[in-house]
Amino acid sequence: MLRFAPALIVTLLVGPILAGLAMALLPAFGYLPALGGERLSLEPWHELFAQPGLARSVAVSFASGLVTAAVSLVVVLAFLAGVSGSRLDRWIQQLVTPLLSLPHAAAAFGLAFLIAPSGLVARLLSPELTGWERPPDLLIVQDPWGLALMLGLVIKEIPFLLLMCLAALPQLDPGRHVAMARSLGYRPTTAWLKVVAPALYPLIRLPVYAVIAFATSVVDVAIILGPTLPPTLAVSILDWYHDPDLSRRFMASAGAVLQLGVTASALLTWWCLERLVARLGRHWLERGSRSCADRPLRLAGKSLILLAAFAAFAGLAGLALNSVAGFWRFPDALPQGFTAVHWLRALPSLTGPATATMIVAICATLVALALTLAALENEQRSDRHPAQGRLFSALGLLYLPLIVPQIAFLFGLVVVMETLGTRHRLGLVIFGHILFVLPYVFLSLSEAYRRFDPRWSQLALTLGSSPNGAFWRVRLPMLLAPLLTAAAVGLAVSIGQYLPTLLLGAGRIATVTTEAVSLAAGGNRRVIGVWALVQASLPLIGFVIAIGIPRLLWANRRGLQGA
Amino acid sequence: MNNQAPHSLELRDIEIRLDGKLMVALDATVGPGETLTLMGPSGSGKSTLLAFLAGFLPPAFEARGRVVLSGHDITELPAEHRGIGLLFQDPLLFPHLSVAGNLRFGLPRCMSNRAEHIQRALADVGLAGYGERDPATLSGGQKARVALMRLLLSAPSAVLLDEPFSKLDTELRDEMRRLAFSHLQAAGLPSLLVTHDREDANAVAGAVIELSGGR
Repeated sequence: MLRFAPALIVTLLVGPILAGLAMALLPAFGYLPALGGERLSLEPWHELFAQPGLARSVAVSFASGLVTAAVSLVVVLAFLAGVSGSRLDRWIQQLVTPLLSLPHAAAAFGLAFLIAPSGLVARLLSPELTGWERPPDLLIVQDPWGLALMLGLVIKEIPFLLLMCLAALPQLDPGRHVAMARSLGYRPTTAWLKVVAPALYPLIRLPVYAVIAFATSVVDVAIILGPTLPPTLAVSILDWYHDPDLSRRFMASAGAVLQLGVTASALLTWWCLERLVARLGRHWLERGSRSCADRPLRLAGKSLILLAAFAAFAGLAGLALNSVAGFWRFPDALPQGFTAVHWLRALPSLTGPATATMIVAICATLVALALTLAALENEQRSDRHPAQGRLFSALGLLYLPLIVPQIAFLFGLVVVMETLGTRHRLGLVIFGHILFVLPYVFLSLSEAYRRFDPRWSQLALTLGSSPNGAFWRVRLPMLLAPLLTAAAVGLAVSIGQYLPTLLLGAGRIATVTTEAVSLAAGGNRRVIGVWALVQASLPLIGFVIAIGIPRLLWANRRGLQGA
Repeated sequence: MNNQAPHSLELRDIEIRLDGKLMVALDATVGPGETLTLMGPSGSGKSTLLAFLAGFLPPAFEARGRVVLSGHDITELPAEHRGIGLLFQDPLLFPHLSVAGNLRFGLPRCMSNRAEHIQRALADVGLAGYGERDPATLSGGQKARVALMRLLLSAPSAVLLDEPFSKLDTELRDEMRRLAFSHLQAAGLPSLLVTHDREDANAVAGAVIELSGGR
């Protein structure tokens, strides 16, 4: 059984993506018999390129990918360089970590509530500093350049890249390298940038690519923060797809293929930038300057990451405030009264989607956990530790669902599923979520699993326990904490999914996320506050359990605390 | 496995190679209650040999020869069916189980009155009443004793000791050594001690073989 786990995982990840891409490609050239497309043509492409504002949609999508990745990466690297030589500010790390579980949509709503013309920032500054007595007529959120969109993405991607860096750093032994460079006269921050960063980047390259791919093709954040006339490419594609005129599906498919191209060119551009930076950086490295703006860099890294974390938390506070606000005149920083009426009114309609969210999240996470454990246990038993080259290829496959834009293959996947006659909506949604939950669960658990001292299992075997007994009685209990963390990560990823739920559920599976995003157009802040806050708090429950259970269970087991 | 002494461990013409290069070669017999000491610097293939005997040899290695335990050829058996117990450098008490839980882990399933066995084993090493303790709260010497009793309760037919006392301080080391070997001799178990510490070899009666590595 175990032997088939790796093959099963690969099939599960690669199969649907390839099938989905194929079924986007065919309709893009006019072939979809179910809708009367019997022969290949370029008609969908003519129609697509005739869409007003297409160039702008493409440009905003392309730019938000590169800008988001560049800004997030620079902030994270500046922060890490700045704290080198001093003790890593654990509290900043602990501040940033929970942001990883915050769904993108909730973070986007929070940011919108913060920076909108009538948002918290404007209220705090008005009327004293701005002179505004009423909300100014400014397009801050949903600005035509997609700046608010990029900002929202940066806030979410900084924690992701930071955690990826922190996971990769220990194998580089940064402390000793920096100490060595400092003994040659380099200032600590410069030393870090010169000796650690070049070795770190290759280890986080795939996560960076995932950020670029995600930012070029994101739908939910773009609906909330992105431009509207025209929206980003991915949102346009979704609109065309949902057009009552079914023939527009051909154009939507062409758009999906175009999205694939946009993401690919963003990745290619980034790759060229990588080369350029490597060349320039080499020159800078070899010139031997011992210090470069050490203090400003140190300050900038810390303050920017704090600012991002602060914006996310302030946004959440804004959501909370709105959800209980009574009458709230414009320049007032606080509402005149508080009321529970929005919550009470939303409660009856919340329970259904909240239940559906949890069912989907729990099922997808359990399947992903089982597959991950089977693959990792198989790896241990067959003594095949991932060799360098193989590690890359296996990891590359894991990242596939994170690098191929969701919108590019999910339509095709829906078509495939319809052709196969699969109509079990809930099952389909769970299946779709597994594609995105599995990579994160695997990445989260594999590290702890592979580092686990093999002597524990050997000991169990020499004491007469079977390999399965050793797994259930030794490995699993001792790895309970990382296991639950991986589960919490899986739950958070699933809860935040928008597009797979919407498309594979054919709009009939309502989760907290789909409901919250659909409220964006209405603009009723009180209701949005309630739903976004619920969306943000569901993943937190998972993390609270993941931290709480080991503490409770191992209260009397010092050897496992802090493990 | 069982307590019907006498057990003997025969290592017949064992040769272990890595990439064609001889790592370690050995031909020896260890009688019931006897101890064979293997001395050698690190890199001399001691751990490789132990991994082979216990059934954990990584597939990259190539091994020849037979391991015969009490007349049965166990060379091809999986680790859990070999009846070979291991005492590691560290006590490796399972951190998620109590002291008694650790001992219970060693007891064969079919054993009757398990609780009584555990009580007696704890009393044997002066740890009566420690059953419900968290292993992390024990001292180094106490942990080593629990690890020894866990090994003995699993009723092995032979025991491999992988520098088991090297991390204890000197006085404790002598005491543990005496305790361990008196128990192993009393149980009539053949044992194989791997060490780079001359004192270990001197303190234990029995043959000593120097491993020099395959060079």
